[in-house]
Amino acid sequence: MKKEPVKTRELEALKRADTFDEVVLGYNETEALKEAGRCIQCKNPACIAGCPVGIDIKTFIAKLVKKDYEGAYFTIREKNDFPSICGRVCPAEYQCRKTCVLTKKGSPFASPEAINIHFLERFLGDYGMANKLEVPVKKDGRLTKFKVAVVGSGPAGLACAGELARLGLPVTVFEGLHKTGGVLRYGIPPFRMPRNILDFEIDYLKKKAVLIIPNYLIGAVKSLDELFEEGFSAIFLGMGAGIPSFLGVKGENFCNIYSANEFLTRVNLMSAYKFPEFHTPVNIGEHVIVVGGGNTAMDAARSALRLQRMNKIRPDTTILYRRTEVEMPARRLEIEHAKEEGVKFRFLVKPEEFIGDEFGFVKKMKCLECKLGEPDSSGRRRPVEIPGSDFELECDMAVIAVGLKANQLLLKVTPQLKTDKYGDVVVSPDTMETSIKGVFAGGDIVGGEGTVIEAMGMAKKASNAIVDYLLKQ
Amino acid sequence: MKILSKKILCDSGGAKVIEMWIESPDIARKGRPGQFVVLMTGEKGERIPLTIVERDAAKGSIRIIFQEAGLTTKILGGLNPGDFLYALVGPLGHATEIKNYGKVIIVGGGVGIAEVYPVARAMKEAGNHVTTILGARSKDLLILEKELKGVSDELYVTTDDGSYGKKGFVTDVLKERLSEGQGSRVKGQEVGLVYAVGPIPMMRKVASVTKDSNVRTIVSLNALMVDATGMCGCCRVTVGGEVKFSCVDGPEFDASLVDWDELVKRNRIYDSKEKHICSLNVIASKLK
Repeated sequence: MKKEPVKTRELEALKRADTFDEVVLGYNETEALKEAGRCIQCKNPACIAGCPVGIDIKTFIAKLVKKDYEGAYFTIREKNDFPSICGRVCPAEYQCRKTCVLTKKGSPFASPEAINIHFLERFLGDYGMANKLEVPVKKDGRLTKFKVAVVGSGPAGLACAGELARLGLPVTVFEGLHKTGGVLRYGIPPFRMPRNILDFEIDYLKKKAVLIIPNYLIGAVKSLDELFEEGFSAIFLGMGAGIPSFLGVKGENFCNIYSANEFLTRVNLMSAYKFPEFHTPVNIGEHVIVVGGGNTAMDAARSALRLQRMNKIRPDTTILYRRTEVEMPARRLEIEHAKEEGVKFRFLVKPEEFIGDEFGFVKKMKCLECKLGEPDSSGRRRPVEIPGSDFELECDMAVIAVGLKANQLLLKVTPQLKTDKYGDVVVSPDTMETSIKGVFAGGDIVGGEGTVIEAMGMAKKASNAIVDYLLKQ
Repeated sequence: MKILSKKILCDSGGAKVIEMWIESPDIARKGRPGQFVVLMTGEKGERIPLTIVERDAAKGSIRIIFQEAGLTTKILGGLNPGDFLYALVGPLGHATEIKNYGKVIIVGGGVGIAEVYPVARAMKEAGNHVTTILGARSKDLLILEKELKGVSDELYVTTDDGSYGKKGFVTDVLKERLSEGQGSRVKGQEVGLVYAVGPIPMMRKVASVTKDSNVRTIVSLNALMVDATGMCGCCRVTVGGEVKFSCVDGPEFDASLVDWDELVKRNRIYDSKEKHICSLNVIASKLK
């Protein structure tokens, strides 16, 4: 008898859009056991290969079924230091759930029948948090005389620091902003990534003797050379993809046209949704258009909609995407949630120009319709403009979420660090070592806009290579 | 991040101009003229950029000068020696290109005078003949005159109301100096650079004056910022038809290429929110 996938409880769609509270409530024990019980325990599990950090999914699910929650938790922790975070933000439907045997062959993402591995991971991550389970530090005596510098406290930096700290290696994490977490803090809203979970995971690192220094911008206040002079033996770079891409269309500098980075940073890092209690403002329009189709666009649209509702503005937030829904790279769950909350979607439309008023505030967006042509380098069908299809949309606020590039601040002052034509740092694929000996890198600074789990995967590779490198010194 | 000292430089109708020295050994060591810091007064506060006016590497401290204009500067102005800032990061932005241009004219307006001081000083140390023009609304609001005099070969002061120095604007004096500079004061030395910082209308006027004389003119822009590390684009300005981020490409730019209209408009994005929070603050303090 085929068992139905266990749905996870969520906050009711329209009510939840009045707050920034977490939407997905996760499984309780009964639900987790039921879902874990659906796993076939394949002889040759394909799910593990789908996981960027190679979590032994088969084993952790088997332990869960036996109610060995601690055992299951530690199985995950062998490969992933942040199950509560990944269980909330992993695009599992493109990863482990897609390779799950229960997914139809050839499907672009997981079938609904695939095991809800991410919800199980979240259940166990939260269990570990609630029960204060600690992974023991297995000090490697040969490493305690070294110290490693990690630049950036986002997913890559935190994962690297966690791996090294587990071996007893002294690590200092330098963070340019006043709060840690990188994208987890400024990019992903609290309704997806609650702050208490994030703080818990980061405090955990501090308990493992990782020194975290905020307000310290490497590249501005200190160079890599100076870090080496200070006694650091190796450096991991995790600065992230921090430059927003703009469309490059006329009128893009009108007031109330935001990059997604700015909009989300104001809302998530500076808590602008709590203005005036928090002093950083963010504007909200009556007709908001978010341009883009990824997770950032979903986050921006859902945040904008919430701001409209919280400010008693009739919700009117539209996502504008130049391809169709199936080509959208966002997590399917985010797209679903956005629709449930009332975000509108317009497909096969491209912005051409912004029109503003005499005070410089945006008022309209001129658009062009598109149709899908031949596939481009990403394998997705290329949007082709339909000439003469111009039309105008009312728009008094726009958020541009069309991508990010590597942050150049440190790179510009470190010419020996080789970068590629996109400005990303070039690394050796097996060790993540850069063109500078002893300097390693991972996360978005190495390759475009990847996911949290991909960043962590690269950080793991780098931390292993760092240990090898140090032992050779 | 500890405030070491505080001095009120002038006070006009409640909008004080305040100087503070802040403990920050790393920024004091690394900072260069033209660069700035971003600070927060509390966890709920805003991130605001302020120019590094002076550094004392030996004492490990930096000097900032600011006017109590909005909520955050008012809160900052209410802090005292011994208090700690919540956050302080720097040095940010490109440092001024200091070299021997021969003759430079430094123009400082209002609180902008604090920003030109480190540059004037560095230009003098680099062997330039420094002509400094300072402007203020009135004598009461003129700051750092003595210090600028100490690093300038020539110093001129203008006040809007004529209460001190010449009555008029800095650009009046600038025009005179430029027409003279084509040969006379310093033999054979034409003006190599004009460096101006002040309210936007002032910098804009300087730009139009020097455009006629074809003298390289650098201004330091005061765009709104959030992270100030190049991450968000809030501070974007159009310079020479290209979009630049003030925080990482600037804050200095060629004055003749800046889209001033756009900068003025973008600086007003939060005017109504700023007004709202300041009025709330006034009500709150009145209720105390």
